[in-house]
Amino acid sequence: METYLFYILAAVTVIGTILAITEKHPVHAIVYLVTSFFSLATIFFLLAAPLVAMFEVIIYAGAVMVLFMFVIMMLDLGRTDEARRPVLKQWLLPIILGGIILASIGTIATGYAAAPHPSGALTVRDFAETLFRKYGVAVEIISMQLLFAVVGALYLGRKGKP
Amino acid sequence: MIVPLAHVLILAAVLFGLGLVCTLVWRSNVIMLLIGIEVMLNAAMLVFVGGSNHWGMADGQVFALIIMAMTSAEVSLALALVVYLHRRKNTVDVDEFRELKD
Repeated sequence: METYLFYILAAVTVIGTILAITEKHPVHAIVYLVTSFFSLATIFFLLAAPLVAMFEVIIYAGAVMVLFMFVIMMLDLGRTDEARRPVLKQWLLPIILGGIILASIGTIATGYAAAPHPSGALTVRDFAETLFRKYGVAVEIISMQLLFAVVGALYLGRKGKP
Repeated sequence: MIVPLAHVLILAAVLFGLGLVCTLVWRSNVIMLLIGIEVMLNAAMLVFVGGSNHWGMADGQVFALIIMAMTSAEVSLALALVVYLHRRKNTVDVDEFRELKD
């Protein structure tokens, strides 16, 4: 049952992303991307990562996408008459490059025999212990990084000449 | 593990390829370019979570969380830059931003 669910959600994610990147209207692209992120969050849940799934919904589908939407609305980029898609010639080379990368990763992934894994279920307790005991320094560093990002965004968003 | 690790890796590869194509194609709109970067980072997160599930260790999930925090920092800075550039040139076309000087 869960296996089928994984494949269905994988299809939804990929189709949502394709629709998002080919959509000429930025607001529609954001909405498609939110759909894709929701199904990706469910995939994370199926892969025994409920906290990451929750943060995916809250931070990605919630905060980050709303920030994008906010900027699109603020700069008035959501006009339908001005939106235009890149011409077909521009799609060709990137698709070839992406296809090469995809084929190489696919070849490696299918021929890769992973080592047998311990059959211990991963709980939220394990996650929290790893996060705050083993990688406590990383949490501090990432909080500093967020602070610097706030300072940088405030500096760039100032009125007048930065 | 509900599915083989290879299938998770293939899904992540497909998502990464789509994000890369989006980043390379959309030169006329810097917002869509940033969306491509988001998709690529999500593919990386999927690899981390899949590996963490496969080997039964929580380290991958921790790194997925850190990628997420990094992404929110990156997006806030990048969108502030977009607003600043739009204020200067009144466009979001990447090709317009060629010069370092004013």
